[in-house]
Amino acid sequence: MNEDSYLNAGYTLRSWFFTSDHKRIAILYFASLIFFFFIGGAAATAIRIELATPQADLVSSDMYNRLFTMHGIIMVWFFLIPSVPNTLGNFIVPLMIGARDLAFPRLNLLSWYLFMLGGSVTLFAIAAGGVDTGWTFYAPFSTLYSNSYVMAAVIGIFIAGFSSILTGLNFIVTIHRLRAPGLTWYRLPLFIWSLYATSVILVLATPILAITLILIAIERCFGVGIFDPKIGGDPLLFQHLFWFYSHPAVYIMILPGMGVVNELISCFSRKEVFGYKFVAWASLAIAALGFLVWGHHMFVSGQSLLASLVFSFMSFIVAVPSAIKVFNWTATLHKGSIRFDAPMLYALAFIGLFTIGGLTGLFLACLAYDVHATDTYFVVAHFHYIMVGGMVTAYFGGLHYWWPKITGRLYSEGWARAAAILIFFGFNLTFFPQFILGAEGMPRRYHVYPPEFQVWNVLSSGGASILAVAYLLPLFYLGYSLFFGARAPANPWDAPGLEWQTSSPPPEFNFAVQPVVTRAPYQYSEAFKAEPQNA
Amino acid sequence: MPDGAPFAPQFASVQHRDETAEFGMWVFIATEVLLFGGLVLSYFVYRHAYPQAFMAASRHTDILIGTANTAILLTSSFLVACAVEALSMRAHTTSRALLIGAAILGLLFITLKGFEYADEYREHLIPGINFAFDGPLANGAELFFIFYFIATALHAVHMLVGIGLLGTFAARIGNAEESRIRTALHSAALYWHFVDVVWIFLFALIYLPGRSS
Repeated sequence: MNEDSYLNAGYTLRSWFFTSDHKRIAILYFASLIFFFFIGGAAATAIRIELATPQADLVSSDMYNRLFTMHGIIMVWFFLIPSVPNTLGNFIVPLMIGARDLAFPRLNLLSWYLFMLGGSVTLFAIAAGGVDTGWTFYAPFSTLYSNSYVMAAVIGIFIAGFSSILTGLNFIVTIHRLRAPGLTWYRLPLFIWSLYATSVILVLATPILAITLILIAIERCFGVGIFDPKIGGDPLLFQHLFWFYSHPAVYIMILPGMGVVNELISCFSRKEVFGYKFVAWASLAIAALGFLVWGHHMFVSGQSLLASLVFSFMSFIVAVPSAIKVFNWTATLHKGSIRFDAPMLYALAFIGLFTIGGLTGLFLACLAYDVHATDTYFVVAHFHYIMVGGMVTAYFGGLHYWWPKITGRLYSEGWARAAAILIFFGFNLTFFPQFILGAEGMPRRYHVYPPEFQVWNVLSSGGASILAVAYLLPLFYLGYSLFFGARAPANPWDAPGLEWQTSSPPPEFNFAVQPVVTRAPYQYSEAFKAEPQNA
Repeated sequence: MPDGAPFAPQFASVQHRDETAEFGMWVFIATEVLLFGGLVLSYFVYRHAYPQAFMAASRHTDILIGTANTAILLTSSFLVACAVEALSMRAHTTSRALLIGAAILGLLFITLKGFEYADEYREHLIPGINFAFDGPLANGAELFFIFYFIATALHAVHMLVGIGLLGTFAARIGNAEESRIRTALHSAALYWHFVDVVWIFLFALIYLPGRSS
């Protein structure tokens, strides 16, 4: 390992917990997210075991409510939203743009502490007895009727929201101000464009969640009727506010994944990303349109038909930039020199799974079909295809791709490919049956169901056990690589990005000399050799 | 690596650092706009649903204190703007005096707000604690006062943060690196002006409905 690596910059606990190095903070986030991922995963495991039979044999109805709420809250706020931005993004963004750190390193550290504080309060809510409202906290149930630990969970998520805002703020300022000389906007890798779009959402949507949670907390504490129709409040207003945050938040949970996939597809087909400018602007278009479609969560909630029509139309429009990306990735593969390394397997899986998730999203944007599909497993399958099939797959792809840079070690390619393939099959077996269940009318959030649904539920639970194994595998072979893996060279994939032009693992301030960028990203020669951005 | 440089290693120059810091404050203000925006949106939804009740409830607010507070806050913003100018002319003593003046005006605002809350407590206008409002408009009026208290309390929290900032700068002017403190003060001033602008919106939403007729 090179002597001046960031990992050698200090070995004390203090040098980690009070660091302002974006790379070390990324590692802190990595460790925390693994923890939360397995907590959320444990809840999912219990859910799938319960659903293997039509009767209630493992948990009570009340316990089941708490399980899926815990699964949702942990996975959305404590895994998916921070997943790519706060780990890979934190580590890679400054490297990719040729900067020595993020613009505000201490805010970055504060963001991690807030995240851990919010996470701890939320874990307290779970340990104390859990929350039974669903991750959406619909009022007036959450404010007036639920006897579970709603306040603690609300406070935990409120605090974690500030960690999101600080990260978004830091990325926006960093990308605007700290780009290397010569690194114009159209020379930025598309991962940066994606994270920029994500950050805009983090900064502009999260405060709406904050104020919504404040309103929930006040209604619950003081017994006033902000959302209670009995004394003039409007529960629909809660849904409008909540989804005005949570629909854009859905794009927080996919845009960074799309960004990762750009890097992978380009590197492993040894080609420039097709239609760079379209892909770049598609990210911003998705972020902007994301603010205009929240009403499609409320087609059966009693909003006006005109509003539903407009929201339906806008939701269809989101498919345009999303499809631009999928078509452009496919076009990038065309006539490329394709290598099926593990990160590429994840990227290809992403394209397939995201396409299925995206297209079923169009079913749900369709007013008539949505009335049938609302609150069924069709919706559950749809958003798991996007968030798990899409985002988690991209997260693993990016983790493998940048692993040599982050740790300075190589991992076992064979095991990595096996895990990638296993994830793909396990995932489809888990969630495809849920489309069928949903289309046949099985509602979500129930733990007993008619016996004729059992075959699909058994398939789904079987797939989930494969998926569980597949998600555990990287823990072992990446853990092994961390201590015993072969030393990684600076640029193991022969990629042109700036992050590969510094040593692995990078020194404390990333670059010995300030890189100067001279060309667009993703340039490969006729022989498919990388042409570094700063050469 | 610029070891011992007066700016952090991710920046190329002092000016680079200063511009970056100010840009960060603008992004932070964007997030704050949305925070208050969600609240104002909710207010308008209910004002649209209960226009009569909102007018009746608004007539129970204390427009005298409200107007006085608006004047106090605008004056304090003016003092902060002058303090920024004074500091860039290196008039440290003047700048410090202006900041202390602005902070005192901020405290005066909070004090008056406290008296206003006390009056509202006596008039049984605090939802969840002792709200009582005669007549058929009670539900809508209660919603008005819920938003009144949340919005003004959230604003007051921002005020307290701002007063703390102004006090800190008043103490540190002259003891810290010149360019750094100027940028930091500039950002703090942006924040203070933002809190001021929020109040102008709140003033119109809280005190003016139902007063003209």
